Amino acid sequence: MTQERTSYAMIAAVLIYMAGLAVAASATETEPVANSGRVPLPVIPIGEGDSCVEDIDFMRRNHMSLLMHQRDETVQEGIRSKQYSLKECLSCHAVLGPDATPVTAASPQHFCRSCHDYAAVKIDCFQCHASRPEPGTLPADHLQRSTLAVSPATHRIE
Amino acid sequence: MSLKIKSMDVAETPGFDPQRRSFLGAAAAAAGVALAPGVMLYAITKSSPTKARALDAAASSDVRWGMLIDLGRCDSGCDDCVTACATENGIGGHGRPETDPQWIRKIELTDPQTGNSKSLPMMCLHCEDPPCVDVCPTGASFKRADGIVLVDKHTCIGCRYCIIACPYKARSFVHELVEDQKTHAPRGKGTVEGCTMCVHRIDADRQPACVEACSDTGGGAMLFGNLNDPDSEISKRVARYASQQIRADLGLNTAVRYQNL
Amino acid sequence: MKRIIYSEIDGNSREFYALAALLGVFVLSALGAAYYMEHYGHYVTGMNNQIVWGMPHVFAIFLIIAASGALNVASIGTVFGKPAYKPLGRLSGLLAIALLMGGLVVLVLDLGRPDRLIVAMTNYNFKSIFAWNIFLYVGFIGIVVVYLWLQMERRLNHFVEAAGLVAFVWRLILTTGTGSIFGFIVAREAWDSAIMAPLFIAMSFSFGLAAYILVLLAACRGSGREIGDVIIQRLGRLLGVFVAAVLYFTAVQHLANLYAAEHTGVELFILFNGGIYTFLFWAGQVVVGGILPLILVFRRDRSESGNLNRGVILASVLVILGGFAQVYVIVIGGQAYPLNMFPGMEVSSSFFDGSVAGYTPSLPEIALGLGGVALAGLIVLFGIKVLRFLPTSLSNMAIEPHHEVTVNKA
Repeated sequence: MTQERTSYAMIAAVLIYMAGLAVAASATETEPVANSGRVPLPVIPIGEGDSCVEDIDFMRRNHMSLLMHQRDETVQEGIRSKQYSLKECLSCHAVLGPDATPVTAASPQHFCRSCHDYAAVKIDCFQCHASRPEPGTLPADHLQRSTLAVSPATHRIE
Repeated sequence: MSLKIKSMDVAETPGFDPQRRSFLGAAAAAAGVALAPGVMLYAITKSSPTKARALDAAASSDVRWGMLIDLGRCDSGCDDCVTACATENGIGGHGRPETDPQWIRKIELTDPQTGNSKSLPMMCLHCEDPPCVDVCPTGASFKRADGIVLVDKHTCIGCRYCIIACPYKARSFVHELVEDQKTHAPRGKGTVEGCTMCVHRIDADRQPACVEACSDTGGGAMLFGNLNDPDSEISKRVARYASQQIRADLGLNTAVRYQNL
Repeated sequence: MKRIIYSEIDGNSREFYALAALLGVFVLSALGAAYYMEHYGHYVTGMNNQIVWGMPHVFAIFLIIAASGALNVASIGTVFGKPAYKPLGRLSGLLAIALLMGGLVVLVLDLGRPDRLIVAMTNYNFKSIFAWNIFLYVGFIGIVVVYLWLQMERRLNHFVEAAGLVAFVWRLILTTGTGSIFGFIVAREAWDSAIMAPLFIAMSFSFGLAAYILVLLAACRGSGREIGDVIIQRLGRLLGVFVAAVLYFTAVQHLANLYAAEHTGVELFILFNGGIYTFLFWAGQVVVGGILPLILVFRRDRSESGNLNRGVILASVLVILGGFAQVYVIVIGGQAYPLNMFPGMEVSSSFFDGSVAGYTPSLPEIALGLGGVALAGLIVLFGIKVLRFLPTSLSNMAIEPHHEVTVNKA
């Protein structure tokens, strides 16, 4: 082939390869991904009460947006609605450690860390924010929830 | 719980209503907060037109929070305000005075001509036209609608230009890792911080910790209130008695004013 | 004037790689220092709540000032049309970019939250001169890249004058902005003055040219290219003019401040009783950075012109040293002097009100600053090896074919 045609052919090959990858990736979304066993699946403690701010699927995908937008409203405008307050999140999702006090973000059992460690997404919220409720503010019956594992088949909490 | 009755000028304040005072006493008892006479929360004051702000309502410029500090009552040996602020906001010292943060400090003034000396608490004065807000490159240093000047730590890059620009040295840089923060006062390494006028308390209809401590156990020198409300105690007090701003020549219109400076 | 030929340097000698390695060591130690400062917090440095900008900022501001001034040489050739300077334009652009990158890297790595650089580059408060400066610095790099490209792409040479003018005006605005970072600060008596902007412009001319002279000579001597007395001495005399300008603006700044009673305190502090700041001002800025270089470049030397060349080199080194002293006095001296909140009163507090702040530069800060200088050096070093920045010859014949070489004979 001429030099030009070779270039075009190479570009076309790369594009087709990338399209194929995209198709393959989207096709495998509904199939279970085998757990290679190298990285332990997150063990996610369930928070207090019946429901969270929104349902689990919504929160999994969008909690970061809620945090990012709500924080501006709280800091810059002083809107402190209880539903979206970080203090409330931490209060419900507090995980009690062996000494019956909530663990901080230094512990891998911390609610946020249990998923974020697995997903390898570093968060810097707790460089400034307290990562657990004030001592003595948890209700006496705050449950030491048994942590529920993520099912390897469905990747959902059982 | 004791109500410290100070012989303040309350009795001479025009419109002083003994019934209102007793209402205050009852309300204070109910709320469990010791108040010095003349120090009124805007939410409780019946005559105040401003209502308590709902939690999910935005701060509004109808309100301008301010403080009045009477140096005649400020004792040189007392630093209750400093201690209260440190406790409230979780500011621990590290034994390194040059880098440890200070949100409020006591300044000792001596007039070399006369030998007269006085003491005053100095914190962020929450200017109406803050130089720190002008110079912040990212807009992290900002003034809330109700006049409180804050640092949005989500946006602060720690350049320290606002510390350089502040004429009152109100801000500190966090020079070390911070752990065990208070949930209501986030603070972290590498950002700049300063007096927030206890904005978390104000939004919950309480007073700043320094004002409360000064009333409880200190000299009763500090008064907090809404400068935009002509019926608030602080507005009446600054209208009736002379008060000064520090470095008034800069034209910053600080929200914290001093009497007997 | 015949066509100027530029070529890459060979850059494969032992000395070249040794120099690169040396500069690399400084850069690596700067990165280590930055990590140390960021990980433990700034308490490990000498900076504190009284002196919040320290050695890293002295280095960074010097480098940024020098960067804008280094571009001057290209501007003299392009904008002002002096033929002798035309061969110098490409290296000038490279040096400008290199110095600016070095300064910016130091500045960014010293931030309390350098991980938020993206925030800084996407959230602008345009009331802040600092925000304008970020915009100006980044824009400067882009403009100089375009300027260089137009210089180096001979087919587009006819656009170079427009680019040169844009670059020249932009760098004047940039340096005005850098000076205004200090000049706009009402709170600090040492800085609150409109003269900071023109002072910084004069400083940029001076420091930038001094840096350029040293880099040009090092590059030519290091790569065995001829560089004649004519250009060295022309640059040297130009440096003298700029040094005089800096002395003038410094004099005006301090005389005007002395006249205003409210600034007397800070002036007496800088000029007489500020300890290290007074020493650096008189010995460093005025004598080493001002008077000695003027003598060196403007004296009439009856001996061989090699002495004059050495004089120019020495003058450039002294200007840089004096320049560092000047930036140190401005940045750190300006912060050390206490704020005057209560005129006429003696003030004391637990937050060091009323007293002159103490500052001792720490090793991590100095390492970070030196790393910025080394980074600039590395960029130039590899730039002239990879692309054609350096003219093949700057001999007297190449610069000024009609020049009388006998000018220095008795």
